[in-house]
Amino acid sequence: MIRFENVGLRYDMGPEVLRDLTFEIRRQSFQFLTGPSGAGKTSLLRMLFLALRPTRGLITVLGKDVATLSRKDLPSIRRRIGVVFQDFRLLDHMTTYENVALPLRVRGKEEHEYRQDVIDLIKWVGLGERLHALPIVLSGGEKQRAAIARALIDQPDILLADEPTGNVDAPLARRLLRLFLELNRSGTAVVIATHDLGLMDQVDARRLILSDGRLEIYD
Amino acid sequence: MTDVALRMMDARAFLIRTFHALRGDRQTPIVPPGNVAGRALTTVIAIMTFLAALTVGAVSLVSDTAARWENDISDEITIQVKPADGLDMKTALETVRQIALQTPGVRGASILDQTATSQLLEPWLGNNIDFKELPVPRLVIVQIDSGSPPNFAFMRDELQAAVPQAQLDDHRAWVSRLVAMARAMVLIGLFILSLVVVATVLTVIFATRGAMSGNRQIVEVLHFVGARSSFIAREFERHFLRLGLIGACVGGILAMIVFYLVGALTQSNRLTPEADQISALFGSFTIGWSGYVGVLVLLIVVAGLTALTSRLTVTRHLAEIDMISPVES
Repeated sequence: MIRFENVGLRYDMGPEVLRDLTFEIRRQSFQFLTGPSGAGKTSLLRMLFLALRPTRGLITVLGKDVATLSRKDLPSIRRRIGVVFQDFRLLDHMTTYENVALPLRVRGKEEHEYRQDVIDLIKWVGLGERLHALPIVLSGGEKQRAAIARALIDQPDILLADEPTGNVDAPLARRLLRLFLELNRSGTAVVIATHDLGLMDQVDARRLILSDGRLEIYD
Repeated sequence: MTDVALRMMDARAFLIRTFHALRGDRQTPIVPPGNVAGRALTTVIAIMTFLAALTVGAVSLVSDTAARWENDISDEITIQVKPADGLDMKTALETVRQIALQTPGVRGASILDQTATSQLLEPWLGNNIDFKELPVPRLVIVQIDSGSPPNFAFMRDELQAAVPQAQLDDHRAWVSRLVAMARAMVLIGLFILSLVVVATVLTVIFATRGAMSGNRQIVEVLHFVGARSSFIAREFERHFLRLGLIGACVGGILAMIVFYLVGALTQSNRLTPEADQISALFGSFTIGWSGYVGVLVLLIVVAGLTALTSRLTVTRHLAEIDMISPVES
């Protein structure tokens, strides 16, 4: 689904922060992306969801070479990639329901078509009681789950999550992990960027480890 | 799904949203309707539109007045007949009137009667004087066709031949001075108007950009959940067009109320000597239709500009966050 070949990234004229990355995110696969702070996990994720162009190498997303994509091609590809941001990025003036429904709304779907699906998903992530709450009154964990629900609502082919358990306690982290595994079983490829070793030890999954700008893969 | 199909869906979504909005069945707007930056922007737009509308009104007033001066004065000339020994004033006036009427380009001629002449001199000589005993010059007022005016030199010669005491005054010196002054006033007014409009435009642009900076996160979220740039730009454009229209309408309508009140006030005070002088200079001191049309155009321009600025700001921000190269950024 996503393929990197000898990808390198540098900011301005500085040294390469990511070097010779070659890997593939396969359909329906589950993997952790890890490494020490500042290793370049967020930069790699940004390249995965088409927010950053590499300085060298080839990236193919859903069969398309990103170097040849024009700006108008990007939304249709982004609609197949779900992203959970580390800082959630929920819209403060919208309720949980409206935030989760946002991707469907921008795709032009009518509310009566998706209303029940959104409510079901919000209940599935355990926020059934917080349907009409604004983000300002949600706890960190609740915001995290709302952000996850928003990334999942349109059944993406790939889910990218940046530290999705960074703001939650251990039991909730396990619950979220089960949620990601369930999603993966239903056919979505999942990439979870984390440095939570405890979380990774709970699942026998592929690990992409970034260190000194290079990637080691443990299948 | 193909690109065309996605675009069709976007267009369908737009139609559906419009239909729902018309039905009054609204979802929470994607761009929050009211915040401090939005209210500040509306206030700034209202104030600048008010000032610009006042300038439009003032320029329109000066321009209309200048045109009226020019027309009033150039529509009329006077022939003065000075008294002289042995001159039968009555016959001389009638001769002058007939010569005037026979000249091509003249629409009418009338003799200013004794009473009217006395009234003209009253401010200088008072009303206790018997004018019949004074050698007062008499006037013949001639209405001319300003489109094809008579040949003044020929008319002057004819009058001199028939009545040597007759003197033609075509007000040319007055007209040229007044017209030059009026045109200078209009030019100065237009210059001030252009400065005010430029200031309004710049204020609106900077205030819109300021208000937009608080919405960067919304732009980014919409972008990363797969919204097309046109969808995001349209949402912001609609929101800022609404803010711009509210601000511009408040400012413009206030300015129109001021025009109306000033007009009504000068009408009601017309009997006082001060108001009489103002009326002599500016007529009724009311803004003509061109002033009101100018204000309406201004409203549309300001609101459109606000929407356009928000669209350009969103588009530029999207270009900044869209697949940027770290080297280029």
